[in-house]
Amino acid sequence: MNTQTSTTALVEMNNVSISFGGIHAVDDATVDLFPGEVVGLLGHNGAGKSTLIKILSGAYQRDSGTISIDGKPATINNPRDAKAYGIETIYQTLALADNVDTAANLYLGRELKTAWGTLDDVAMEAKAREVMGRLNPRFQRFKEPVKALSGGQRQSVAIARAILFNARILIMDEPTAALGPEETAQVADLILQLKAEGIGIFLISHDIHDVFDLADRVGVMKNGQFVGYAKTTDVTKDEVLGMIIAGKCPPGAQPGPGALAA
Amino acid sequence: MSNSTPKRASAGDGPRAADLSPIGRFFKATELDTRMLGMIGALLLIWILFDIFSGGLFLTPRNLWNLSVQTASVAVMATGMVLVIVTRNIDLSVGSVLGFVGMIMAVTQAEILPQYIGFDNPFTWVIAVLVGVVVGGLIGALHGYVIAYLGVPSFIVTLGGLLVWRGAAWWVTSGRTVAPMDSIFRLIGGGPAGSIGAMASWIVGLVACAAMIALIANARRQRQRFQFPLRPLWAEGFLAGVGCLIVLGAVWVVNSYYWPVGIVRRYIRDNNLDIEASEVFIAHGLAIPVLIAIAVGIVMTFIATRTRFGRYVFALGGNPEAADLAGINTRWVTMKIFIIMGVLCAIAAAISTARLNAATNAQGTLDELLTIAAAVIGGTSLAGGVGTIAGAMIGAVVMQSLQSGMVLMGLDTPLQNIVVGVVLVIAVWLDSLYRKTRH
Repeated sequence: MNTQTSTTALVEMNNVSISFGGIHAVDDATVDLFPGEVVGLLGHNGAGKSTLIKILSGAYQRDSGTISIDGKPATINNPRDAKAYGIETIYQTLALADNVDTAANLYLGRELKTAWGTLDDVAMEAKAREVMGRLNPRFQRFKEPVKALSGGQRQSVAIARAILFNARILIMDEPTAALGPEETAQVADLILQLKAEGIGIFLISHDIHDVFDLADRVGVMKNGQFVGYAKTTDVTKDEVLGMIIAGKCPPGAQPGPGALAA
Repeated sequence: MSNSTPKRASAGDGPRAADLSPIGRFFKATELDTRMLGMIGALLLIWILFDIFSGGLFLTPRNLWNLSVQTASVAVMATGMVLVIVTRNIDLSVGSVLGFVGMIMAVTQAEILPQYIGFDNPFTWVIAVLVGVVVGGLIGALHGYVIAYLGVPSFIVTLGGLLVWRGAAWWVTSGRTVAPMDSIFRLIGGGPAGSIGAMASWIVGLVACAAMIALIANARRQRQRFQFPLRPLWAEGFLAGVGCLIVLGAVWVVNSYYWPVGIVRRYIRDNNLDIEASEVFIAHGLAIPVLIAIAVGIVMTFIATRTRFGRYVFALGGNPEAADLAGINTRWVTMKIFIIMGVLCAIAAAISTARLNAATNAQGTLDELLTIAAAVIGGTSLAGGVGTIAGAMIGAVVMQSLQSGMVLMGLDTPLQNIVVGVVLVIAVWLDSLYRKTRH
């Protein structure tokens, strides 16, 4: 099924389903992720990609199916559980608290404290300056609430938050949606760097061009089901496009439950 | 943070100091909150106008002292209302909770405790206040639980609470007024005995000045440690100087208000002194309820700005979904906010019961509106995420100044209400204009 069968899968989601009021948003979805691997999740808007990864990040609770981390069954009932497993998420909506500053957002839920138990704002700002300096060297507006920042700056804040805590599993939902070409290239560099560090990355996009060159494998979803999985070396962009649009599984790919019957 | 040049500020990474006018440079260097300054300016304007229209009755030590005491109870509750409104909730029940808890504290000290520990026991007031705080906290916990865990909107829960606790206050004594209060408990309400006198007031003032300077110095050291940009030294000195001047000026005012001659006469008689009452001037000094309100303000500011809980409150108000996704237990945070609100209602109830020297049924009626108005005038946004404790307390002073000024001018109650209502709407409108030009 994949290149690195010798190692244990970082994440295995097996037969996961969730429905909202009778709509099967995710239907019997199975996907896995190995250390140092980038798996692209593709599909139209509303195909169920974001819902699937929100189950992994703890934002939604699945109706059925299992999740294993490092080969062991994992209990993920809320975002705190997910973070405890080293799962960090960059949401499509960025999920930033608009009214507080960059450092407060980076450490939201995991604030640094002084010996007195109070917030150590200075230390958090220092670390924020360091990590933001790596992502966006020109960024200087540390004292302003993030709602005053530009779309790209806000995206950098969301990305910085995900990599600040030594994630082992990174979920990026449309991470470059608000970025210009230069910043998009920076994010691509970052993804390769994180991959080299052995982090497993789910990269979600409705745009194949964002994903194809970075991903080792892709999984294509349509109407809540997986059409199929493929190594990016075994298929062409056009074939993947056919999977996204028509749900047709090419010969180089492994069909899923949502594939058109040939 | 500068807002005198909003276009420049939004265009790049903030204006450079050299591009600004001297006034802009001043605000950038001191990092003063211009909104807060505007509010203080408006307050001073109100004071001066009332002083003129009342024929010089407003800006007297006596009136300002009374104003400070009258503000205390609403100011205490306004600090909690900030947290409630910041998280996009509302609490309409604070006046009724104040009435109910006041009644519980009064019955505890005037009717229940004397049966066991006798009258004028030195612990009576402690027990009464503790009972009140526990009852207030439990009421807040109940509200918070229904709002956070059962998902009923806070507007409805506390609207219900408004009726329930007002009715419950009546139920405790079937509508009977309970009086008098314990003699030590009454000190919480102020009055000549419930003030700390001239010497102690100066000491409090000097300690406050020292603390302010220490805080500014410490913040500077912290920033130096990480080599962050620093405020210029003159700006730090200016802030410390103005702060100390305000504190010492306030102490000077309350120390210029002397005991009424009748009370001095009684004091001389009680202490068997051989002096003429008209020749003795005993200063009130800071009133105990005012000190309580200031202490509550400091503690609440600490909670809101220096603790994780406070950070979560603001994050939750700014983006509830983000707070949830960040792993914050938003329900528990919401419930804690309402517990704090209940405890603050109990403290406010102690102040107002002690000041009246009685607990009545109608106590605290309409206080919820004054409290909400104080928080909103003080810069708390009903859209959530924005607000300061200090602003809400100044807002409480503004509301009380309006009321007390109109009483001094002899306006009828209906007209007073009309003015307060109009002022509230105009204040919020001006605030929304200010926010629009800023962003």
